[in-house]
Amino acid sequence: MDALDLARWQFGVTTVYHFLFVPLTIGLGVFVAGLQTAWHRTGKEHYLRLTKFFGKLFLINFAMGVVTGIVQEFQFGMNWSEYSVFVGDVFGAPLALEALVAFFMESTFLGLWIFGWDKLPKRVHLATIWAAVIGSNISAYFILAANAWMKHPVGYEVVDGKARMTDLWAVLTNSTALAQVPHVVAASFIVAGGFVLAVSGYRLLKGDTTFRGPLRGALVMTAIAGAVVAGTGDMSAKLMYEQQPMKLAAAEGLTHDTKGAPFHVVPGIEIPKLLSFLSAGDTEAVVQGTEDVQRRLEQRFGPGDYRPDQQVVFWSYRVMLGFGLSTVGLSLLGLWLTRRRRQVPSWYARALVLALPLPLLAIIAGWLLSEIGRQPWTVAGELLTASSVSPGVSLAEVATSLTLFTLLYGLLAVAEGVLLVRNVKKGPEPLPAPVREPVREPSLMY
Amino acid sequence: MIDLWFVIIAFLWTGYFVLEGFDFGVGMLSPFLGRNEGQRKQILQTIGPVWDGNEVWLITAVGAMFAAFPAWYAGLLSTFYLPLTLVLVGLIVRGVALEWRGKLEHAADRAWADAGILAGSALPAFLWGAVFADVLLDSGVAALIGGAFSLAVTLLHGAVFLALKTEGRVRQRARAVATGATVAVIPLAIVALSSIPGEGDLAVWVAAVSAMALLAAGGSLIWRRREGWAFAATAGAIVLTSAAVFGMLAQRPLPGLTLAEAASGPYTLGVLTWIGLAVLPFVLGYQGWTYWVFRKRIAAPGRAARVEGAPAGIGH
Repeated sequence: MDALDLARWQFGVTTVYHFLFVPLTIGLGVFVAGLQTAWHRTGKEHYLRLTKFFGKLFLINFAMGVVTGIVQEFQFGMNWSEYSVFVGDVFGAPLALEALVAFFMESTFLGLWIFGWDKLPKRVHLATIWAAVIGSNISAYFILAANAWMKHPVGYEVVDGKARMTDLWAVLTNSTALAQVPHVVAASFIVAGGFVLAVSGYRLLKGDTTFRGPLRGALVMTAIAGAVVAGTGDMSAKLMYEQQPMKLAAAEGLTHDTKGAPFHVVPGIEIPKLLSFLSAGDTEAVVQGTEDVQRRLEQRFGPGDYRPDQQVVFWSYRVMLGFGLSTVGLSLLGLWLTRRRRQVPSWYARALVLALPLPLLAIIAGWLLSEIGRQPWTVAGELLTASSVSPGVSLAEVATSLTLFTLLYGLLAVAEGVLLVRNVKKGPEPLPAPVREPVREPSLMY
Repeated sequence: MIDLWFVIIAFLWTGYFVLEGFDFGVGMLSPFLGRNEGQRKQILQTIGPVWDGNEVWLITAVGAMFAAFPAWYAGLLSTFYLPLTLVLVGLIVRGVALEWRGKLEHAADRAWADAGILAGSALPAFLWGAVFADVLLDSGVAALIGGAFSLAVTLLHGAVFLALKTEGRVRQRARAVATGATVAVIPLAIVALSSIPGEGDLAVWVAAVSAMALLAAGGSLIWRRREGWAFAATAGAIVLTSAAVFGMLAQRPLPGLTLAEAASGPYTLGVLTWIGLAVLPFVLGYQGWTYWVFRKRIAAPGRAARVEGAPAGIGH
């Protein structure tokens, strides 16, 4: 174990943890805004109660996304100073823009939304939640553009050992980013859909029929997002074939360049020629294998091991596909079961509760595929992970921060879980009776 | 262009210190000035709608450093590794505690949240002062004094903000604390002032001395119940202190580093300038609007009927 290994573990732990909350923020925020819009349009009281119920769950989760996000921004400089110096000119720009354009919008308007119920006109108040969730989604775009650049760097040149941006537009419209952004955002809507489905399933089992509406809404949301994820996943696979052959080969366990390559569902079960078709749209296309790519990379960059951890990459890919597709399948089944005002069967509601972890595991596996598959590079073809770490930071220092963050994150995960479960059990609260006299209690959040 | 970006970053940090300064102060004071649950809610509600937006000033300042001066960003963050780890721990604990507190039903859970808000406000308030003092003077003693100074100033600033934003008992106590904090701040300010290198720029000296004068003015204004002016004075003092700090950093942002060496290329700085100048007015506009929406003083629950409309906060 050296500082590099621990720094990698810390980045992995804090990033995966951060990304348990972020997709829920992105998707659930839109869902809450949709509920409030429904209330605004129809004036029906149960929409308001549901807005507040899901709004509360959204805020409990939002807090975690925000505070774990700050760690991410600092961590590049703290643990990966060589990386930061090399990429800052290019990679820093989308990060700065994310804060300026998206985070200010998200945080400020969310504050207005939380505390503005009785201070803002109804329409303006509705607009604040939309502004906040649009901010969240814009932030996804910028950070994913930055991330895509690591895997497929564009719009730059290397001067004096540092990347210099030559074209911001190229960075922001990187083909890798344009495929990745809708893929990750739609996957976030599946995570949020799975969450709403589990909560609604639980409330329906308790006999709370208010949740039929949210259940149907989440089914539609998950199914549509599933179609987007599949389509953009296909785009990403074709780009990976061109841009990141090593990752594709590792994800498929393909060792040598193969014409008409089969797709392995699991080791031992293969579908002939499917991989070539999925990668290039041609059943006879040659797909590169890990050993051959390794040989070519050694010719280009000198001796070294340019292969990522193939077991992790191979299985992440299958977890992502399997759990992601089963969540979408479950939602399609639900749409069929509840068609034309049919009751939600209780076995199905139970299945929804049990399925809660599936989309989360799928989206995390997607990140493991994407980022472990990028190894050993931080910036593909330009900078190795081993050369990215902070030279002045000691093993003891990284061990300290890793321990602190892991303990703290563990505690907070338990606390968040308890808080969410308590609130879900309690269910939506009745609205206060209309009062004519001046109200004595100010509206308090804290 | 390099100078412009240094000024932009100094501006962002300054905004962060002024705005989160009172958030930290309020967070530290809430368990002491709020003698019962109603008063604590009253106190935390003064920063409730704004603290998260205020924190984005830090995110933007650090993001702008990353983009405009990568070597400064990387050097500062990796050099002050453990202090910044603790800053992050503080910000995490404080943020979660602030957001979750109103959703906790048991008094024991809320006591944990209060402890988190206190510790999570005090840690960064102390450490930011310590880190910047250490960058400037490269000594542990300077770091301690810098940390104590920034802790005391945020307490004063937060107490003045509370006096400005609340009614009743809390307002009275906040005024008393602000007066007391001034007494603690002034000697620390004198020590901090005396540690500025003698060969320093004249403008730095003027800023630092005026900052001290404004701190004293803030204390005397709060004594005379001019809360709005007192807040302007403490905010001005933080602006001037920050200006003095960045005035010194301009020559040497880190030991052995100049701004020109740390800077990104002209293309990146140029394109970011245009986008930044186009977006910043909107950000300032809607953040300012938030303060306007929540401009009224906040009463303890059950004390005054200032809030019209239904009690519709999600917390209820």
